[in-house]
Amino acid sequence: MASELLIDVRDLVKHYGAIRAVDGISFQVRRGDVLGFLGPNGAGKTTAMRMITGFIEPDRGSVSVAGFDMARHSLEARRRIGYLAENAPAYGEMTVRGFLGFIAAARAVDDAETAIAKVVTMTGLRRVEHQTIDTLSKGYKRRVGLAQALIHDPEVLILDEPTDGLDPNQKALVQGLISKLAEEKAIVLSTHILDEAEKVCNRAVIISEGRLLVDSTPEGLLARAPNHNVIRVTVEDPAEDLIMVIGEQAWCRTVVRRGESGFDVVPADGGNHLPELLPLLEGRIIHSVHLQEGRFDELFRSMTQGVSA
Amino acid sequence: MSRFTGFDAVFRREFQGYFSSPLGYIFIVIFLVASGYLTVSRDFGRFLELRQASLDPFFSAIPWIFVVLVPAVAMRLWSEERKTGAVELLLTLPVTLPGAYLGKFIAGWSFLGFSLLLTTPVAFQAERLGNPDWGVIATGYFGCLLAAGAYLAIGMAFSAATRSQVVAFILGVAGCVLFLLIGLPQTQQVIGSIFGGYVEQVAASLSVVDHFDSLTRGLVQLGTLFFFAAFTLGWLAAGMLVLDRTKAS
Repeated sequence: MASELLIDVRDLVKHYGAIRAVDGISFQVRRGDVLGFLGPNGAGKTTAMRMITGFIEPDRGSVSVAGFDMARHSLEARRRIGYLAENAPAYGEMTVRGFLGFIAAARAVDDAETAIAKVVTMTGLRRVEHQTIDTLSKGYKRRVGLAQALIHDPEVLILDEPTDGLDPNQKALVQGLISKLAEEKAIVLSTHILDEAEKVCNRAVIISEGRLLVDSTPEGLLARAPNHNVIRVTVEDPAEDLIMVIGEQAWCRTVVRRGESGFDVVPADGGNHLPELLPLLEGRIIHSVHLQEGRFDELFRSMTQGVSA
Repeated sequence: MSRFTGFDAVFRREFQGYFSSPLGYIFIVIFLVASGYLTVSRDFGRFLELRQASLDPFFSAIPWIFVVLVPAVAMRLWSEERKTGAVELLLTLPVTLPGAYLGKFIAGWSFLGFSLLLTTPVAFQAERLGNPDWGVIATGYFGCLLAAGAYLAIGMAFSAATRSQVVAFILGVAGCVLFLLIGLPQTQQVIGSIFGGYVEQVAASLSVVDHFDSLTRGLVQLGTLFFFAAFTLGWLAAGMLVLDRTKAS
């Protein structure tokens, strides 16, 4: 049985003057999903997130959060969302604890003290909880933003570049936290870090020029990557006859020479043809044979080429 | 759930904010020094020289002090939020725009009211000089509070329109000065001579000072109360409209 639908985005359109910032985006996110929002700068990710969280109204289309339509029942929908906006805005003159207290009050959290203590522990803010936010490092500020997004234990989390500016340890902490929360929530996170999408997300969409280009699992996306299932071979003597034989196979689209002793075998159907290739290499001195999975960044570049300058 | 959801939380945060930073205290000190100076100065109020049990010198100074100091209180209310992006945080919480806007307005107004309260020793000084009319003093203070609210609403609307506190302050002062100057007899004469008597009357009816003066004379008229209510609510509505349209820019 499919898990509960928590975010339903249908045909969102938003113009800024003559510019169509978001152009008919539709997708759904269910409980347990971590959806990666990928795209170059200016692709429309932040605009789409702002419409999902109710900060701006779409020119067309609808957003429903946990069954509440954002246009008609905005407060009910917003109660169910935890939102970390781009650059983790906060009130810098407040202490971490004071700020979280304000968020808890605005969200009418029943037991604010317990909720604050819980998110302070979850996000590792104990050491700085009495410090003013302006005095914190970028990493801590982002964790404060994450803490405020989690304080009411929302069903839906919208995170705009949650690990931007964090050091590797902090990144790992936040990514671990997202993975831990994923089971019981629907999470949408935008990121420029493709490794992160691969590690944390079980679904990913690529947006470019306001349009949704692809919506798939990370595995599905990798299958579309230009180098997916390309076999990289390095042999002692890559004679022309060997390359010709491989090139004549029905499953092979082309063989690309790579330096003195190597070549790449590109499959015609994107499938894994390593078992068919290995017998053809018998009797050769093989240095290495590597089946490439494909890379997110190659797919990203190939799909969004020319958009981000 | 109401149209003003979130008002309490925003009000508390903003009001406490005035006392958790040096800015609030600096404002109070400048306000007390300026109002005290203009009240007792030999060049302006001559409160001590006149030796009258009246706060007229003090009330005459207040609109001039407010045109500068109230926009200073108002300038950061929204422009700072827009500059830091905190407006996105605030307006994606389950708070309504009127709830957030009025929460900030009432907090700023309460702070101005508190600052006015600190000037009451001047009223007790008047009692030492004779037998003041406490009713007139009370309506005068009421007028100060209403004028502060009206100016604050103007300043907030300009704060909502820009990300720059400096621009918000300059526009706020300009707006407040405009509604101060159109009440002066000299300005009304000029308006009357250029546009005729009807426009002069309309301009006079929009003057904060005219309505304020009637309160400092002890006259609490329905028209005056209606003017301040309509003027303040009008600017608040305009500010909300502007904020709603510009918040994401």
